[in-house]
Amino acid sequence: MTSTPTTTGEPAAQGPTGAFPARGRSGSGRLWRVLVYVSGKLLTAVVSLAAVVVAGFFLFRILPGDPVRAMTEGREVTAQQREELRRQFGLDQPLWQQFLDYCAGLARFDLGTSFQYREPVADLILERLGPTVLLAGTGTVVAALLGLFLGTRAGWRPGGRADRTHTAVALFLWSVPTFWLGLLLIVVLASGRGFVPGLFPTGGMVDPGVSGALDTVLNTAWHLVLPVATMVAVIYAQYLMIMRSSLMDEKGADYLTTARAKGLRDGLVRRRHAVPNALLPTVTLIFLNLGQVVSGVILVETVFSWPGLGQLFYSGLRVPDLGLVQGLFVVFAASVILMNLLADLVYPLLDPRVRP
Amino acid sequence: MSAPNGRDARAAPGPERATTPVPAGPAALAWRRRRVALAAFARSFARHRAGLVGLAALLAISALALTAPLFVDEAGLSITRAPGDPYEPPSRRYPLGTDNFGRSVLDLVVWGARVSLTVGFLATFVSVALGTVIGVAAGHFASSGGLAGRVVSTVLMRITDWFLVLPTLVLAVALAAVLPRGVGTIILAIGLTVWPPTARLVRAQTLAVEARPYVERARALGGGHAHVMAWHVLPNVMPVVLAQTTLLVATSIIAESTLSFLGMGDPATVSWGGILEAARNAGAISAGIWWYMIPPGLAIAVVALSFTLCGRAVESVLNPRLGEAR
Repeated sequence: MTSTPTTTGEPAAQGPTGAFPARGRSGSGRLWRVLVYVSGKLLTAVVSLAAVVVAGFFLFRILPGDPVRAMTEGREVTAQQREELRRQFGLDQPLWQQFLDYCAGLARFDLGTSFQYREPVADLILERLGPTVLLAGTGTVVAALLGLFLGTRAGWRPGGRADRTHTAVALFLWSVPTFWLGLLLIVVLASGRGFVPGLFPTGGMVDPGVSGALDTVLNTAWHLVLPVATMVAVIYAQYLMIMRSSLMDEKGADYLTTARAKGLRDGLVRRRHAVPNALLPTVTLIFLNLGQVVSGVILVETVFSWPGLGQLFYSGLRVPDLGLVQGLFVVFAASVILMNLLADLVYPLLDPRVRP
Repeated sequence: MSAPNGRDARAAPGPERATTPVPAGPAALAWRRRRVALAAFARSFARHRAGLVGLAALLAISALALTAPLFVDEAGLSITRAPGDPYEPPSRRYPLGTDNFGRSVLDLVVWGARVSLTVGFLATFVSVALGTVIGVAAGHFASSGGLAGRVVSTVLMRITDWFLVLPTLVLAVALAAVLPRGVGTIILAIGLTVWPPTARLVRAQTLAVEARPYVERARALGGGHAHVMAWHVLPNVMPVVLAQTTLLVATSIIAESTLSFLGMGDPATVSWGGILEAARNAGAISAGIWWYMIPPGLAIAVVALSFTLCGRAVESVLNPRLGEAR
């Protein structure tokens, strides 16, 4: 699930908020402004996290009426067993008491117990964090590099052949559902039916029986190819469109005319002058789009049986194991908010124009 | 971003203005202006080849979905009364083969268009309505309404940003998981999660409209908040909303297929995502039954792409600055 890669975004949404006009930079005044900026960002992040915690609690408590009924749907359960479950999950307590217990648990990184695995949710998440970070990290880096590179090509000559080709391909790949692309790659490149032999594994992360550090790394990389390809195909379009429109915004700038007037060649003007400036607003958007990376990871892991958080989420949905889904909801949302906070704090270091 | 609006098109005197007689009253004048504006819009849209292709594809697919009962026998879509044998490869009788129950894949895909398009449109409607209301309110109260207004506006935008950052799929899936199964739940889950970009866009446009003199005039004449928002701001943000709506339908259709694929859909209804979920659960992927899994996915891609092309064409007609580049 991705959001539309449209170029009409509100400009304020693109740069980090709270950009200060460059005023006199006296020592103590500047320190004060930095403090105000940082504490403002921290406060926003804390409020967002609190909202996630509250949403995570009430979404899974209030709406279905009774989580135990949802959990035991389609099973033969006596009223007594149901009572037992209710007590076990603390559901016989008043709602505010449950909420306090839940918050206290979160503070200790206790996300409750998985109904399906009979294990603490936090342990399950820690176990599977590594594979997800590997997949999402590789996918994001490759997609961002590819998208920025092609976006530069497309945006430098809008309407040219490179622009039309890259935009068309990106739009088509963006329109394709992530999971279907993954299934297609499995059928064509991994199932070993038809003309193409099974070049890549159909799923998993490491084959059983592979040992030794080098072999494990190579085997993992081999398993990583198709999942990463799927993720990149779906998310690079956004980076391409963002970079393209960012570069198009820079194109009319005076400093580029100056650079050309100096007699610099076109490629040099683009690489040394236009791209570095166009790159800056793009950085924030890459972080803002991390939510979509999470969505992509869930689907890719589901399709390729990658043993990470996305597959855990899917397995929680199938049961349904609402405790697990709730824990993952909080973790996914919190990690995206923290990454955005990081982007907000790092961005002024990269771009002197918005430095407080 | 220059403000996309319908005023430029309306102000341009068309040939009609010179030839037709002076209309009787303000209502007639307004209608003639609207007609001229619409004609100008249609002419500009026709210049975008990709947009026309998308529009044609959409019309064809919509017609197919609407008339599906004429040439698809709904009884043949039931698992128990499937006409063919399981996994028949494509033949003259079943142009796209059969699924694991012996149902015609072509019939399934044609029938699935009905649910997928309906969900796409309704979810878009929910999210566009939500995004427009929140965006107009946030934009309007930011510029008028005093301190209380600014607080309301800030709170609305904070909420929007919060939803914008959260992973859409996680939120939609969580909603779909806790609500009772059904098409209505899917529509609600998508509608409640994909609105933030619309709200941001509408807010930006509202701020631009609020700065215009006629809004000041309306306020000076005693127009209240509701009056200004409904009669002066809303009509002028509608063009932006239109472009966004077209793009959102594509998002919603992909979202619908994704939720169905994750098993959040209603098993009793046939939708494109549902077909793909069934194909995967039946093991058609590892068995290489390509005719079961390629058509529904291709259908999603084609429809989503058509809506995107249309939306981008509408967008660049309304915002000529983008237009040159496309």
